[in-house]
Amino acid sequence: MRQIPMVDRVALAIRDLAVQFESEQGIVRALDGVSFDLHAGRTLGVVGESGCGKSVTARSILRLVDRPGRITAGRMLLDPATPDEIDLAALDPESRKMRDVRGGRIGLIFQEPMTALSVHYTVGNQIIEAVRQHSDISAAEARNRAIELLREVGIPRPETRIESYPFELSGGLRQRVGIAMALAGDPEIVIADEPTTALDVTTQAQILSLLQRLQQEKNIALMLITHDMGVIAEMADDVAVMYLGRVVEFAPVHEIFATPRHPYTRALLRAVPSILATPRQRLSTIGGAVPHPGSRPSGCPFHPRCPEQLGALCSEQVPKPVPAGRSGASCFKAEREHEAVA
Amino acid sequence: MNLLEVQDLKKHYPIRAGLLQREVGRVRAVDGVSFHIAKGETLALVGESGCGKTTVSRCILRALTVTSGAIRFAAKEGEFVDLATLPKRQVRPLRRHIQMIFQDPYASLNPRMLVGDIIAEPLKVNGVPAAERRDRVTELLELVQMPPGARSRFPHAFSGGQRQRVGIARALALNPKLVVADEPVSALDVSVQAQIINLLLDLQDRLGLSMLFVAHDLSVVRHVSDRVAVMYVGRIVEVAPTDALYRAPLHPYTEALLAAVPAPDPARRGHRRIAQGDVADPANPPPGCAFHPRCPYAIDRCRVDRPELTPVSDGRWVSCHRAEELDLAGVR
Repeated sequence: MRQIPMVDRVALAIRDLAVQFESEQGIVRALDGVSFDLHAGRTLGVVGESGCGKSVTARSILRLVDRPGRITAGRMLLDPATPDEIDLAALDPESRKMRDVRGGRIGLIFQEPMTALSVHYTVGNQIIEAVRQHSDISAAEARNRAIELLREVGIPRPETRIESYPFELSGGLRQRVGIAMALAGDPEIVIADEPTTALDVTTQAQILSLLQRLQQEKNIALMLITHDMGVIAEMADDVAVMYLGRVVEFAPVHEIFATPRHPYTRALLRAVPSILATPRQRLSTIGGAVPHPGSRPSGCPFHPRCPEQLGALCSEQVPKPVPAGRSGASCFKAEREHEAVA
Repeated sequence: MNLLEVQDLKKHYPIRAGLLQREVGRVRAVDGVSFHIAKGETLALVGESGCGKTTVSRCILRALTVTSGAIRFAAKEGEFVDLATLPKRQVRPLRRHIQMIFQDPYASLNPRMLVGDIIAEPLKVNGVPAAERRDRVTELLELVQMPPGARSRFPHAFSGGQRQRVGIARALALNPKLVVADEPVSALDVSVQAQIINLLLDLQDRLGLSMLFVAHDLSVVRHVSDRVAVMYVGRIVEVAPTDALYRAPLHPYTEALLAAVPAPDPARRGHRRIAQGDVADPANPPPGCAFHPRCPYAIDRCRVDRPELTPVSDGRWVSCHRAEELDLAGVR
C-alpha cells in the first residue's frame, strides 16, 4: 500500500464507522468499519451494488439514519486535526449544531429531486427558505441569492422560473433545482446519492458536467454515490468500492480501472455492459447474488462468490480494512501479492 | 421471413378541456412508426423517456387500443393477421404467441404463488394437462438455470436476478413466437444484470428467440440486439444493424445519445459533446424535425420541413435532411 499524494485539505475524515439495524430477526450490520477522507476540490466516487452500504454512509454523515438504525462505533470528523474539529458521530442529530452542518456545511443531492422539494411551494420559496436557514439575510437579498443559484445551475430565465412549482419542470430542470437547494447553504462538502440514476442519458450528461463545473468553481469536496462504473470513470478522482458494509478497495480512479486489486472490483468491471462491446458479446459474471446484510458470511464477506479465494483463510478470517488515506484492498490475496512484490 | 411488420402505427391521446370536454389537442405518443422483426431476430427499441418506445410495445400486446396503422403478425408461417384491427375476442387465442418479460421482478410475480405454479400458469390457462405441466416446468427451470427445487418455493426466497429468471421461464412456457422485453435488466444490480444478459444471449442461440427489446441503456442494447431502432418524440429517427449504428450513426440524435453514455474508461473522460436542452414535449412537438432545437447541425429546412424515414443503404434507414452530407461520430 502506498500513500496517495494529498495536497488538498481533508474536509471530512470518516474513521471505523459502524452502523447497525436491530430488528426481531436479529442485528444487521449495515456498515462494518468504514474509513475514508473527503478532500476539498476532489471527487470521491463510492460504488457498489445494492446493500453495500453506500447510501447508509451518506445518511450517517448527515445523521439521518432513523431507528432502528444507529451508529455503534466510529468517528466522522469535520475539519480534522484543526482547532475547529467536530465529531458528527458524537452530535445529537436534532441539535442546532447538527442542523447547521446538514444543508449548511454539507449539502445533499438526492436521486429523486422531489425528495428534497415540496409540491406545495414554488421553487423560489423553497430555495429562499433554505438560503435564510443558513444565513442571516433579508427576504429581498435571499430572493436575489435564489435567482443567482438558479442561474448557476443553468436554469434558463431564473427570474420567471423562480415562480414555478416543481411539477411544472422537466426531470432535468428539477434535478438542477435539487442541486441549487443543496448549494443554498454554501456548503464545502456535497454528497450526491445517485444524482443521475433517474434521468435520461442526455440529461445525465448535462447534470454530471454541471456538478463537475460547480465543484471546481467552489472547491467542493464531492462524495458521489453511484452503481454506474461509467459515471465513476467520468467523474471520480478517487474511488471507494463497497461490498456488504465495507470498503473493499480504495484507489485513484485510473488504478481502479487499470490495475484493480480486489477480486470484487475486477469481477465488477468485467460484468459491466459496455457501449464498446462487440455484437453478441457475453459478459463475465459473478456467481450468486449479494447476500442480505443480515446473513453476512463469515470471514471475508465476498469469499462465497470469490473466484480467487484462498480456502480457510478467507472463510474464517476477516481481512484488514483499507486504512484511510491509502490505496489498497481489503483482501488476503491482494496482501500476499503486495508482499511478494515488496 | 418477417414475424412482425408494424406500419405507420399511431397512438394519440386526446387532451380535453372545458365544460364539454372538447378535444383541444393531442399527445402524439406514437406518431407514425414503422419497423419489422424477422424470425429469430432481436430488435431493440431505444430512446429517452417519453419517446414512445413503451407505448409501441403495449400496442403490440394490444394492452392499448391503436389510433391507426397496422401491426401484422405471422401467427402461422406466412399468414399475417393485423393485431391493430382484430376484435378483442380474436386477439385472445393469439396471445400465447406473444409473451412479455417485465422490468420489475419484484412486482411481476405473485408473492402468494409457488414458483412452479407461476411458471405453469400460462400452461394451465391454455389447457395443458397437469402431468405435462410438471414436465414442462422442470424443463423451463433447467432452461433458465434454476435448481429444480425452486418450483416448490415462494418468490420471496429468491434474489432479484433469480426472480427475473422465473419471469423469463414463465414468458417462454408456451413457446411464444415473439417475446417483448421491456427494460428486462434495468432494475438489477450489475453482477446480476450480466447473468441475465448472458441468459438472454443463450436463449437466442438455443431457441432462435425473436425479441422486441425495449431499453434506454445503449450499453446493454449493444450486447443483445441484432438491429436497433432509435425513437425520438413518437417517431423512429434511425434504424440500423447494431454494429453499424454504434460505429457510424447517421442521425444527429443517435450521435448525441451515444456521446452521452459514460464509457467505463477514465482515459476517455471529457471528450464528449453534450446535447443541450430537454426532450421535446410530445403534446407540443417542435415544427419540422422534432430534434431541430437541440441539433447542432440544424439548417432552416429542418425548422419547417419534417423529414421522413428513408432507406439509405443495406438495411439502414434515417430521417434527417442532412444525413448524406454529415459525418457523425460513433463509438468504437
